[in-house]
Amino acid sequence: MTAARCVVTAATDRWARTAAEAATGYGTSVIGCDAEAGIEGRVEVAESPDGRPGYRCLFFAFSRDALGKAAVGRVGQCVMTCPTTSCYDGLPEAEKKMKLGAALRYFGDRHQVSKRLGEHRYWRIPVMDGEFVCDDELGSCKAVAGGNFLILAKTQGAALAAAERAVTAIDVLPEVICPFPGGVVRSGSKVGSAYKALKASTNDAYCPTLRGVVESQLSENVGCVYEIVIDGLTLNAVCMAMRAGIEASVGEGVVRISAGNYGGQLGAHHLRLNEVMG
Amino acid sequence: MPLVLRPKLDDTLPIEAEALRPDRLASLSLNQVTAQPVYHGNRRRTVGDCFVCEGDPADGEVVLEGDCRRVKHIGQNMTSGRITVRGAVGMHLGAEMTGGTIEVEGHAGDWVGAEMKGGMIRVRGDAGHLVGGCYRGGAAGMQGGVILVEGNCGNEVACSMRRGLIAVGGSVGDFAGLNMIAGSLFVAGGFGLRCGAGMRRGTVVALGGTAVAPALLPTFRYACRFRPQFMGIYVRQLRQWGFRVDAEAATALYARYCGDLVGLGKGEILVREAE
Repeated sequence: MTAARCVVTAATDRWARTAAEAATGYGTSVIGCDAEAGIEGRVEVAESPDGRPGYRCLFFAFSRDALGKAAVGRVGQCVMTCPTTSCYDGLPEAEKKMKLGAALRYFGDRHQVSKRLGEHRYWRIPVMDGEFVCDDELGSCKAVAGGNFLILAKTQGAALAAAERAVTAIDVLPEVICPFPGGVVRSGSKVGSAYKALKASTNDAYCPTLRGVVESQLSENVGCVYEIVIDGLTLNAVCMAMRAGIEASVGEGVVRISAGNYGGQLGAHHLRLNEVMG
Repeated sequence: MPLVLRPKLDDTLPIEAEALRPDRLASLSLNQVTAQPVYHGNRRRTVGDCFVCEGDPADGEVVLEGDCRRVKHIGQNMTSGRITVRGAVGMHLGAEMTGGTIEVEGHAGDWVGAEMKGGMIRVRGDAGHLVGGCYRGGAAGMQGGVILVEGNCGNEVACSMRRGLIAVGGSVGDFAGLNMIAGSLFVAGGFGLRCGAGMRRGTVVALGGTAVAPALLPTFRYACRFRPQFMGIYVRQLRQWGFRVDAEAATALYARYCGDLVGLGKGEILVREAE
């Protein structure tokens, strides 16, 4: 997987968050979305490129081409359209770059202005509330997507509470996102399907209602399973996030922690839980 | 220890010292440095004839101590390294340089950073005319890099500037931004006449507010009052470099004037306004 990071700033925290949420929406899985996306964290004013409140957003895709298209589309449609925002490259040290402002500048219809400061080139695009400022390029890097673990609990309430604790613990960590809604997956999938057209289908081995009619991985006392999926800029970041999430999820009603291994058919990295947990 | 040079001639003749570039001197011995050619008036002489030299040229830093007001072309065409002038310096400082850093603790003459393409020049005192400007007959002035002047500047600052950043902590004279092609000029103090005349693109920012704002040519048209977002990036960077600008300049309100409409008219003069 390839990843990019944007820093979205705005006049207020509210609008920076609004733009970041919109830009990272519909970004759960590359199975059906153009990218996997999420908010990595808040940027304090002191660290912000322009001294305004902001959020770091991460995007992941199978290839740099796909990532570039997704980033331009998302920033163009969800950040540039949002009041008072600017968008900056969050991986300025990356060797490989993709066009961002260089593509969006044409919206300025020849009224756009280029400003070069040091190694950065920015585009100032005139818009109805003043100007939208955007970095010319976005850095990209190799990344790790699809780190995951499964929370098996006695009841839905217990499983959800455990999943929420896990996501809260992961939220504060840098370089990772949980791209699914609220960070939790209820419809975990397996590779393949009885229907030839589908690449993935419900993870029946972990569906409580199918215990007894499929080869289930669930014991009798498991009533609910939630999956936490983690994408990160590095393998180490994903491992640390998995560990933090698993440790936080353990509690009342949690029976077991497992992980999807998909028969080893999915992905270059195999993160074994016993190794992750040390 | 850096290479330290002290002028030793006590007359009024200028010294043209293009040889004083740390990138060129770094590969020479001290004896070879003293043998480098300079012009004293119309006579060809050597560095050793005009300066007391000591230190290590390989250090990559050249320090000039004493009154260097008559010493011209210091750092011209330099590509790397550092020059520190502990006093005043003459004309053409850092002209056409492409890299490295020059710091002047006193005043500088005319043509500071003329047609430079990269690097940074910092003048703690005043500078003369044509800072970052274009030599007569040239196509473009400064094309990259940064010039910071903490005092005042003369006329035609950023003349035909093509790219880069100039920031002036004091005032500028007449024709600031004359025929500006692009780039950015920030001025904390006042302006002389005809600011932005012939401007094609580029930005002139009057940080000092309406009290010291330039009297605009009739070919500049008022657009709006707004908070330019790019100011946040530039003010932050200027403050990181230690240039005196208040943090509020990043989010202040500015009146935008578009021009110069005698030409392309895609330039702007931004005048800071009170809230």
